Amino acid sequence: MRKDINSICILGSGPIVIGQACEFDYSGTQAIRALRELGYRVILVNSNPATIMTDPEIADATYIEPLTPEFVERILERERPDAILPTMGGQTALNLAMELHARGTLDRLGVELLGTTPEIIARAEDRLIFRELIESLGMEQAESDVAHSLEEAWTILERTGFPSILRPSFTMGGTGGSIAYNRKEFEESIKWGLQQSPTSEVLIDESLLGWKEYELELMRDRLDNVVIICGIENIDPMGVHTGDSITVAPIQTLTDREYQDMRDAAIAIIRAVGIESGGCNIQFAVDPRTGRRVVIEMNPRVSRSSALASKATGYPIAKIAAQLAVGLTLDQIANDITGETKAAFEPVLDYVVTKIPRFNFDKFPQTQNSLTTQMKSVGEAMAIGRTFTESLLKALRSLEDGLIGLDVGEMPPEHADYDDRVEFFRADLTRPTPLRLLRTMDAMRAGVSIDDIHALTAYDPWFLHELERLLPVERALDAAGRGERELDGRLLFAAKRLGFGDQEIARRVGVTELDVRAKRAETGVKPVFKQVDTCAAEFDAVTSYFYSTYERGENEAVTSEERTIIILGGGPNRIGQGIEFDYCAVHAALALRDQGFRAVMINCNPETVSTDYDVSSQLYFEPLTFETVMAVIEQEQPEGVILQFGGQTPLRLAKALYDAGVRVLGSDAEAIDRTEDRELFNEIVTKLDLTQPEAATVLTLAEAEAVADDLGFPLLVRPSYVLGGLGMQIVHSIDDLRACFGRAAAVSGDNPVLIDRFLADAVEVDVDCIADGTDAVIGGIMEHIEEAGVHSGDSACVTPPYMLPESVLRTIREQTIALAKELDIVGLMNVQYAVRDHEVYILEVNPRASRTIPFISKATGRPLAALAARVMAGESLKDLGVTHELIPRHFSVKESVFPFDKFPEVDTLLGPQMLSTGEVMGIDTSFELAFLKAQIAAKNPPPAPGGRIFVSVRDEDKWSLVPVAKKLHEIGYKLVATSGTAKLLRAHNLPVELVNKVKDGQPHILDEIINGDIALIINTTTGSMSVKDSRSIRRAAINLGIPYFTTLAAAKAATAAIAKSRTSEPTVRAIQEYHS
Amino acid sequence: MDELGSEVDAILVLEDGRAFEGVGFGASKGEIGEIVFNTSMTGYQEILTDPSYAGQVVVLTTAHVGNYGVNTRDMESTRAHASGLVVRSLARRASNWRSEGSLEEWMEREGVVGISEVDTRALTRHIRDRGVMRAAIVRGATLADAPDVVARLKEAPGYGDEDFVGRVSSKTARRARPVEGGGWTEEDAVQGEESSGERVVLLDFGSKASIVECLLDRGLDVVMVPGASSWSEIERWEPRGVMLSNGPGDPAQLDDRLDGVREAIASGVPTYGICLGHQLLARALGASTFKLVFGHRGPNQPVLEVATGKVAMTSQNHGYAVEAASMPEGLEVTHVNLNDDTVAGFAHASRPVVAVQYHPEAGPGPNDASVFFDDFAAVVRGEARGDV
Repeated sequence: MRKDINSICILGSGPIVIGQACEFDYSGTQAIRALRELGYRVILVNSNPATIMTDPEIADATYIEPLTPEFVERILERERPDAILPTMGGQTALNLAMELHARGTLDRLGVELLGTTPEIIARAEDRLIFRELIESLGMEQAESDVAHSLEEAWTILERTGFPSILRPSFTMGGTGGSIAYNRKEFEESIKWGLQQSPTSEVLIDESLLGWKEYELELMRDRLDNVVIICGIENIDPMGVHTGDSITVAPIQTLTDREYQDMRDAAIAIIRAVGIESGGCNIQFAVDPRTGRRVVIEMNPRVSRSSALASKATGYPIAKIAAQLAVGLTLDQIANDITGETKAAFEPVLDYVVTKIPRFNFDKFPQTQNSLTTQMKSVGEAMAIGRTFTESLLKALRSLEDGLIGLDVGEMPPEHADYDDRVEFFRADLTRPTPLRLLRTMDAMRAGVSIDDIHALTAYDPWFLHELERLLPVERALDAAGRGERELDGRLLFAAKRLGFGDQEIARRVGVTELDVRAKRAETGVKPVFKQVDTCAAEFDAVTSYFYSTYERGENEAVTSEERTIIILGGGPNRIGQGIEFDYCAVHAALALRDQGFRAVMINCNPETVSTDYDVSSQLYFEPLTFETVMAVIEQEQPEGVILQFGGQTPLRLAKALYDAGVRVLGSDAEAIDRTEDRELFNEIVTKLDLTQPEAATVLTLAEAEAVADDLGFPLLVRPSYVLGGLGMQIVHSIDDLRACFGRAAAVSGDNPVLIDRFLADAVEVDVDCIADGTDAVIGGIMEHIEEAGVHSGDSACVTPPYMLPESVLRTIREQTIALAKELDIVGLMNVQYAVRDHEVYILEVNPRASRTIPFISKATGRPLAALAARVMAGESLKDLGVTHELIPRHFSVKESVFPFDKFPEVDTLLGPQMLSTGEVMGIDTSFELAFLKAQIAAKNPPPAPGGRIFVSVRDEDKWSLVPVAKKLHEIGYKLVATSGTAKLLRAHNLPVELVNKVKDGQPHILDEIINGDIALIINTTTGSMSVKDSRSIRRAAINLGIPYFTTLAAAKAATAAIAKSRTSEPTVRAIQEYHS
Repeated sequence: MDELGSEVDAILVLEDGRAFEGVGFGASKGEIGEIVFNTSMTGYQEILTDPSYAGQVVVLTTAHVGNYGVNTRDMESTRAHASGLVVRSLARRASNWRSEGSLEEWMEREGVVGISEVDTRALTRHIRDRGVMRAAIVRGATLADAPDVVARLKEAPGYGDEDFVGRVSSKTARRARPVEGGGWTEEDAVQGEESSGERVVLLDFGSKASIVECLLDRGLDVVMVPGASSWSEIERWEPRGVMLSNGPGDPAQLDDRLDGVREAIASGVPTYGICLGHQLLARALGASTFKLVFGHRGPNQPVLEVATGKVAMTSQNHGYAVEAASMPEGLEVTHVNLNDDTVAGFAHASRPVVAVQYHPEAGPGPNDASVFFDDFAAVVRGEARGDV
């Protein structure tokens, strides 16, 4: 182990974005813990407050600061660490390390890179260097070349041909990657890709469409010991980004000879690239007709796949990579799971793991759900089963996408002849979409042959034949539904063993899920739990990591005598429910363990810290469904179950669990109903004398129109029982209402749709509160920057509030405490208010941990989730010393981060439906500087002095624009506007350059933006016509990476922030210092 | 198998009375064998055709078996040797560009009985805790028949008492010739025929084809002779090196067939051994061997090279091991199994005698240890010394 270094800086991955999610919280947290255990001082830089790793007790010094070379340089100057470990924070950290190297910072400060070098990063990441290296090893890559310009691209295309695979260099999640089938698509994609690549390079590849895709996870130590941790096989063949593919482990369709050849190739590559102490993953493609193998790419760092591989095998890749980086060797590190053996071994599996990506195309109705080489999924679920079908079906149910079985259901006419049936499915099977596997099963049900399905999908026939096993059981269940056979123990066991969920069995048989449960109990068809042990039972395992399955064999889980509490996690990440809830679940587990409880975790998201086997006392890697949760409860016999920390996922199960007699800890089911049910909520509002926007609940469009007549526009339309504002919309006219009502009603299901009067221009406020049934204490009050109408998860916010008068805050505090007491809250509660003209309106109450808990905990230094868990386990706030609200002297700003760069079709305007995937935090002594840092961290940096700022605002904003424009002018920016806005500003004696609107003809504003002559865009708009007109401006801003604001409130805050930054520099300070 | 694909129609019975239900496949009748588990996730065909598995019922811990079918190239000998195969899930159809048929049909032809739909994890844990023991797969039987099978198992000869090597080793001297594009064929060896390279003699105790291939790959001329050959039967081929192959059974049974080996060592000809060959070299030099509780069978056995501190992932398949404490002076342990610190390789301090317990030829398993053959070839060519 290295004795010559004492302190190590770890770079995080920043906000959650598509392609870079909470897997890096998992890896970073593991790495920090491992290094501190070895005695190193660890300094962390990460702008993402929702992470576990940024908790003050994880690292020695935690900087929640922007991940830019400038800020990191200042941190390095301040902390003077001996080394940086840049391989734990995804592509962000790796790129940042390269920049710090390039600008000479590392040399100047004598900071060493651990686990990698700039040369290694270049060899793995620079496509040309990597290609040369692969060829020098006698291996192949797909025919390809790098284009730096469109002209060069046309020349390369002559060699590679169509379809053409395009990938920009140095991007993660395949940003900018695409497939072009013709010259037009090719030209568009090349231009787009050149734009996305920080080095303006696009790789053009020969098409390997339909080839099999594999991935190997490797580790290598300084003695050149190399082990392969996991082999992963993609069910989706080449052409779909591996992050968007359904994948399985272990590899299923390679002979040993082929697998070993691939393994040898991978080892040769890790050696040649020169990774000496750490991990990497390498992707291969194999031609299913000939076995020809090509190397796709390598990630010289811990990756999303390493998180998956760690969970799939039980081998903690990030932890061990960190230990290797400081000089330990694999044979010196113990295998935690067996306790006896060493990390120098390769895990073997006696089960099958399936990962299915979670998409959010429902949030982006403008986009096609086609899957390409650019990653579009926002999360993933993993499941473990003893067989492929079992793990696949469990993973499907883990998605919480409403899917209970593999079918879409739309079938060809009954008497269609064979060719017509094939034709019927052709489009669905040739085009990769999230539903393709479901349609595959539909096609099989319709009698399309496996050979034909294989020809259309390029799914390996082995997978298809395994899936075919489901059909006879489905037919038997359907027959039971028609009364033609009995649902006996034999049929139930056959179905469960293949992986059918109770819900699907119930659906097919035409009974309720509870009927199926009863039938299973009666016939003794119960799951058993098996251990994940890295070694296929060769050694006795000591770690408590389990999954359920159906066997005629033994149950390995043992019911404990200890006081046990089960915590339900949040399931796969999706927009509206992400890492924040994992943060809460992890804190609950750690706090309860601290208090001597046995904390049992159930979750199915492989990216998370909560599914790290050593966070809880026992981990069940299982779908969060009633069936599987009950199975664990029956096994564990807990004192209680905590639902509050997993977001909406566990709350959906609340009623069924209560009805099944499960003891739910914390606020009871009544609290959930009283806040979600509009009638019951109205009673509370009346009782506590609160004010809420006039509202009504409706079931039909006719009722909705009547309400609109009554309340007038604008109105807010929203479904009940949803998270993240799914289906929520602000409507300005009866036509808008008619257009959106159907979708809201569909999302709502049997529950009514809520219609509120929309409070335009109100300020929204989020409050988190902790209560123990007796006392209630405010956790924090957050004032939104954007006005009401922007979803709270998308709006920037600040704590403590900076504009709201004390009288309003007092009202908010009183109302919140009163609500907590009225609802008998035990644990956490989140309330949303709107404030207009000093009037406080209550919008919504959630009796659970909210998305803002980690942010507030970091802002105040009070670990709310941990405290709430202890309260739920019976302690009082008084005992915990939580008696009053903590109001920090510094300001903390949260800013949201959006996936617009991945969805070129989507407009960037914000609304009541949440679209952001992640968040960043800026902390500083003033609101302005905190806001500035949050903007920088969100890649929305202030333009350089003297830059040209384009302003175009809707009529309502015109008057408020004037002072903003004036300020911008004063601090040296040049204003550019179209005629209407220009006239107004000139009337206020501001110099403005006039520019044509797009419809006025060229040269127009878009030309200026594309030419790089605009440094910042302020564009607000309402009404469908003008939204449409200005859409191209906002898209151009995204595509070209130009900072922009679509609300005047945000522009105003940004202007103040920029002005402030001219006179004082942002602080760089560890959060431990803020809280000490 | 019924229409639901899971109706049981066969049983697996262990000597200690533990029995499992499952679905039978392959041959209609099986032999009694010693039940062992292997944790490889690929390579079922290599395992079934490895002569070292003679007399053993093999449990594969990986969930799915048969996925990529069978093919001629991946045979480790000319036929299947295992007494039976136990799996959790048997593939319905083979899928691989090299596949020439399904595992199920092949096993039927090769006379190997199989049972699927067994809780192989419970079974593996049982073997791990209780040790290997006799077992049998019986098709067309139910759990009610298990006591009768147990009685039969108890009467059957023990694994260590049977002469498996006698059954599987070659009977005459054969010469191996490489085939273009991989693999090799054999023919009767003819004395005086010109060598294609440095001549080595492979003492065949039940050799895997991959060992021969690894020797041929290094340009050596390979003559295979029966494992129990006398020194004169070896010497007549004028070997520059001798390799003791792997093979089945208890090495202690073969003490009276090691004269040729002892003389080979004494002659100063580089003498190397693999697996059983490793155990036999140790015994020939005076060390003893012992039976492991459940052996080492899998692709991920970490072996530490003592001299360098480097670790190789090795393929292993053995139920016996060399007793380190019994090793006479002059033998040095060169390799240690990191899992349980057993001897994974040794060398003679002053003679070119080198042996490894693992399988550097892989097939199945990783190729990490193939340097063993490079060393052997170098020593045979006089380019290196074969001691420590």
